[in-house]
Parts: sequence; C-alpha cells; structure tokens
Amino acid sequence: MKFSMERATLLKAVSQAQSVVERRNTIPILANVLIEAEGDTVMFRATDLDIEVVDKAPAQVEKAGATTVSAVMLHEIVRKLPDGALVTLTEDGASGRLTVEAGRSNFSLATLPKEDFPVMASSEYSANFSAKASVLRRLFDKAKFAISTEETRYYLNGVYMHVAEAEDGRMLRCVATDGHRLARIDATVPAGAEDMPGVIVPRKTVGELRKLLDDDDMDIAVSVSETKVRFATPDITLTSKVIDGTFPDYTRVIPTSNTRRLEVDAADFAKAVDRVATVSSERSRAVKLQLDEDRLVLSVNAPDSGAAEEELAVAYGDERLEIGFNAKYLLEIASQVDRENAVFLFNSSGDPTLMREGNDTSAVYVVMPMRV
Amino acid sequence: MPALCRNCLTQFDTGTRCPECASPRVLSHPELWDLSIAHMDCDAFYASVEKRDNPELADKPVIIGGGRRGVVSTACYVARIRGVRSAMPMFKALALCPDAVVIKPRMQVYSEVSQLIREKMRALTPSVEPLSLDEAFMDLTGTTRLHGAPPAVMLAKLVKEMKDELGITGSIGLSHNKFLAKIASDLDKPRGFAIIGKAETTDFLRPKPVRLIWGVGQSTQQSLERAGIRTFEDLLRWDQTDLHARFGSMGERLWHLARGLDHRRVSANAPMKSISNETTFNEDTGNLEILDGHLWRMSEKVADRAKAKDMAGRVVTLKLKRANFSLITKRVSLRDATQTADRIYRTARDLFDQVGNEGPYRLLGVGISDLCAADQADRAHDLLDPDAGKRTEAERATDKIRARFGPDAILKGRALR
Repeated sequence: MKFSMERATLLKAVSQAQSVVERRNTIPILANVLIEAEGDTVMFRATDLDIEVVDKAPAQVEKAGATTVSAVMLHEIVRKLPDGALVTLTEDGASGRLTVEAGRSNFSLATLPKEDFPVMASSEYSANFSAKASVLRRLFDKAKFAISTEETRYYLNGVYMHVAEAEDGRMLRCVATDGHRLARIDATVPAGAEDMPGVIVPRKTVGELRKLLDDDDMDIAVSVSETKVRFATPDITLTSKVIDGTFPDYTRVIPTSNTRRLEVDAADFAKAVDRVATVSSERSRAVKLQLDEDRLVLSVNAPDSGAAEEELAVAYGDERLEIGFNAKYLLEIASQVDRENAVFLFNSSGDPTLMREGNDTSAVYVVMPMRV
Repeated sequence: MPALCRNCLTQFDTGTRCPECASPRVLSHPELWDLSIAHMDCDAFYASVEKRDNPELADKPVIIGGGRRGVVSTACYVARIRGVRSAMPMFKALALCPDAVVIKPRMQVYSEVSQLIREKMRALTPSVEPLSLDEAFMDLTGTTRLHGAPPAVMLAKLVKEMKDELGITGSIGLSHNKFLAKIASDLDKPRGFAIIGKAETTDFLRPKPVRLIWGVGQSTQQSLERAGIRTFEDLLRWDQTDLHARFGSMGERLWHLARGLDHRRVSANAPMKSISNETTFNEDTGNLEILDGHLWRMSEKVADRAKAKDMAGRVVTLKLKRANFSLITKRVSLRDATQTADRIYRTARDLFDQVGNEGPYRLLGVGISDLCAADQADRAHDLLDPDAGKRTEAERATDKIRARFGPDAILKGRALR
C-alpha cells in the first residue's frame, strides 16, 4: 500500500478515527486505525466495538492495500507535521512497518494485520431518513447535558431518540434525563422516520455525532434499527450500537398543570445564579428562589462559607413562592435558552418545575427542586 | 532506675521485687516517669465478660462468635492455646477446639462494660481515642501534677481497678507515640504492661518485621518484599525520597515509622468515617428473596444508626462474600446524600443487581460513607421515582411509631424474608 495526501485532509480523517479509539485498551488491535487504500480514496476505520467510524478521503493512491497502525500515534504525527505538507504513507509488507514521510520527516510505525481488525457486522435498518445537520444538532445539543452518568441506571446513559405524539402531531423527539433534570426536544418528523424504533443513543456516540454536524445545510443520512443507529455524511459514516434497555416513561414526569409562571431574561438569570452560587459549598450548591410579585430574590446560605443575595426584576403574578434548586442544574437549563425569555412554570416547592423558551413547547426542560 | 509495683502501686528505685508487698510484678524502666502516650487493650474482652458473668466457664475454652457459620470475634486464652484466633471461620475454630463453648455476642453488655472502662480512662485524661469497644489510646501528657503521680502509675491503677471493680483484665503499652504504644500493648499480653522508651526505640524496631505496622496488610507486605523490605532494618536503608517515589504517601509514613516517629495526635473525637453493617448467613445462599431480606435489614440497621447520629452518607457500599470467601465490593456515589433505609436499600439493591448472580454468598454487608450532616441529605427527589417522597415520609412515620412502641412495633414485610 502506498498513497499520498495533503496534511489537513489526512488530519481531519485521522482525528475522527482516533477520538473513537479508547485510550486504555486491553485488546491491542482496538487501539489501531484500519487504513484501506483503493482507487482514488483511502478509508480510515476505527472502533471501540460499540461505535465504528469510517472516514473516506481522496488521495493519490499509488498502490492499493490495507494495514492498521496506532490511531493515536498516527494522529499525533500528522498533527505535528507542518501545514500544507504532502504526507506519504507506505506499507512495506516484508517488514510489517508503515512509513510516514513528509518533507524531511520520516516515521516508521509498527502495524498489526488488517485481518485482525474487527469490522462491525452490518445490519438491516428498519428506518432510513435524511435530516439537516442543524436539526440533528439542535435535538442532541439541547438534550445532552441531562444525560446521566450513573452506571446503575445504564438506560439513562444516552439520548432517547424516537417518534412521539405531541400536541401538534407526531414529532421526532430526543429526551435525556438523569432523574434530577430532563430535556425534551422536538423536531418535525423527516420523511421516512415515521416508523423508526425508539433508540437510546449512547453518550459517547452523541459526542462523536456532534463532529459530523458542523455544517448547517449538510444532509445527514440516518438509519435506525432496534440495535443500531447510523449517521452518515458523504465522507464519514458513524455506526453505533444503541443502549439495550428501556427508557423510562418520561411523559408522566413532565408537569402539565403547573400554573405559577415566571418570565425572566435567561442571560440575566443565569449570571445572577452563577454569582450567588459562588458562596455555596462545592457539594450542595443549593440556590433559593424567592418569588413575589414581579420580583425574584436569589439567595444562597452556606453556613461554612457565607451568604449571598441578588434581586431580579421579573414577570411574576402569582402567590409568594420559595423554592430551592441545585445551581448547576439551573445554569444548565438557563443556558439552553438563546432567543427569548426563559419561562418557568412552578407548582409547589416540592414538585418538578418546567422551563421553556417563551411559549415554544418544542424544547422543554424539567428540573427537580431541592429542600433549602 | 525508677520502678513501680503493679500490685500495690509503690514507687521505688531499682529492684525486681516490690519492697512493700514483695510482688514480682514490677515495672522498671529508665524513662518510666517520662512516657505519657498509652494504648490500653482489654484481654479477650468479649470472652472475659462472659467468663466474669458465668464463672463456670472460667477454665473452659470460650469462643464468642455468630452461630455455626460466622467467624470468631473473640477467643479466650484457653481457646487460643489450642490455636483458635479471632477472625477465624467458626468451623475451623471448632475443628481445632471441638469442646469450645460458643457464645453469641451480647453486644449490649459489652458496650455497657466498655462505657465503664471509658469513664475510668476519661478520669485520667480528656484525650481518650477509642479504637473499638475494647481498646483506646490515651494521652496523659501533662497530667502528673493533676494526679499527683506520673502516667505509668495512673495506668497501672487503671488496669488494677478494671480487674478489681469490673472483673476485666487489660494490657497497657506505654511509649512516646501512638504507633509504639500500640505495638507495646501487644508485647506481653495478657495483663501486660510494656514500655518502649525513646532511647531503645530504633534498636527495638530494627529486627521487627514491617507487618507490625498498622495498615501494612498482605498486599503492602508483598510489594515491600519485592523491594527487599522485610524488617525495619531494611526500611532504614531507604532514602526518604526513594520511599516516597516508590510507595507514595505510604512510603512517607514508612520512613517515619522506621525511625519510631509518629506525629499523629491522640484525638478524643475522631470523626466517624462510615457506618456499616454486615451479616454472615447460617447457610450460603443464592436465593434472591432471602438475600433481598438481608439487604433490607442491613440497610435499615445502617439507616437507624445514621439517624441516631444525625448523619447521612454520600456513598453507598455493598459487600458480598462468596462461598469460597472471595469478596465483592461495589460502591456508588449519590448526587444527594441519604440517611433513609429506603434509599440505602434501593441503591444497594441496584449494586446487587449489577453484580448479577455470582452466588451463593455467605456474607452480605451494607454501608454508607463520605458522611455529612443529616440536614444536607435527602434534599432532592428523583424525577423518575415520584413515589420516593411518600416512601421517605412513611419511613419517618415508621420511625416515630418505633420510638414510641418499640423496634418491632412496625416492620416492612420485606424484613421478614
């Protein structure tokens, strides 16, 4: 195998691959990227056995062939090469080494046989559809902060992507929760997605997927089966197993009869929360919200470190209410709001609170209060 | 050389017999009047209490431990002669000593006796650091004028009173720091009184094996051996920085201990670090229903103790011992600390389910750690578990009923499994 590629193109392809590779591996081949050169393209394939990413890039292929080398090492080398360099990769079958040449730099890397590389079994997808990168980006970006890291509830360690019945018809919906807060994001169902099975896309896949979604107008081909999900751009294909579990019935968690309405500028609110939370202890980070007519007082009282208070002008017309939240959760949901005011709907100080952007119900957040 | 009669507490100068009462139980040491850090360790404490309460047992081998299955928690000295040791599985102990009288521990009684002993120790100094029911460190520095006698005399008086008034014997280690005091108390057990002075510290330690150090268990011992360290002598050859580089903070400690240096203070109220309970079953079991019952009861005990102390834990630990004695421990950090039996149980149950069916098991334990005050706990409910609040309230109500009508007034059905 021998091919040449421009450094920037190679770097992009290799970086996608190396980010999938786990840093600590007991199986050596999983640390490697499979490089296959044929025609005028080279494919870079990496996997952690749960996720597989294949990146196609144009190259001047002198001799077709395939081999595997350490993904992290190749990435580091390419990253350190000067911009604009032409990089030539040559596999010498006899020595079992891969030579990387660029200008006066020359590297010789150990390889492992391509036959040992585990290729993810292809599967039948029951739904195939196409969605704009911007749509998928919104669905996942706004939901991912609520993904749980708890091992015991593994079925919460991802974003639940499914088609759901909403007020204005069927929606493509992403939901994530860790039991303390929940995000529910809706988008119009793309043609072909109507019958897709609901899948829990693992946290790591969500992170890898994000790298495919930078170009707003790019069409992403999405394929879904009961066990796998695939996202593909013309160059990159990301295939991932989905979490084998049942996502809990989140619908009964979302309050429908919260009537106490608070409207506040999200940025001002977030800044104020952040300021008062400075004095709270690292661990509990509880912020008290005290609501009176058109007035919100945020306060923190940490016996060990001090106290803080800040007043905000808000729109609130209901009875007086005192309610506590984890400051981090409030900041996270407030930062999801980017266009209009944040609207909070409360019930009592012990019940879940709902937050949305203006009257837009296509993205709602639920956060559980804490005793303060 | 200063000397002290342990029998009549006469202080005199040099001699192997007391000039007053002619007792041979004489302590003499050049630093006798200067040392003030002590470790008191009762001799076969649980067994001694049992023998005291039932004189018929006096010359019989007595083993205190849970049932046919559990482990030996204490063996009296008669049983020890036959090779029975604490922490030995009961079947092994009974094989060595088939005529042993096995007694189920009466913790309530032991803890009462222990309180009396502690009161006696506190009369000597406010700096008493209990390690368990039957042992404690004491710092008697600066108490000579108060008591009108040096620490050694007061300590000899303490064990004498324990014997005369409570019928319990104990051994004293007297030295210039905790590490050495603890080693000393073990030197001439039972009814011992051993002294390690400053002058002989390094000579005393030099030939001793490093496993003498509290906290050097089998695995540390092995890694020390790989570095060629078996005795304190070997340790002394190591440079401080090398030890630190190889063994981290443990190495730092070893360097100091090798020189008999230990700067830890005797602290009267060392904060509690964890609360846990475990039980060894009468028969190994892999039966989920039975295990679940144990899981609940252990969780409830832990919760009861946490509530009594007004504390809560952020980490829940599950401990399982398989039939072949291999140990599984699983732990998880909670976002919000807890003290309720309900949440401890549910968390432990999740951990249990994660382990899967690795049974049969012989032991199950539940604990909480990373403790904090109760008002920092159970402050947020779980969105996905809307009934949690109700269950917590039910538990609080149950607690009130129990406080009024006794611990068995109301039970969960699960507790009967």
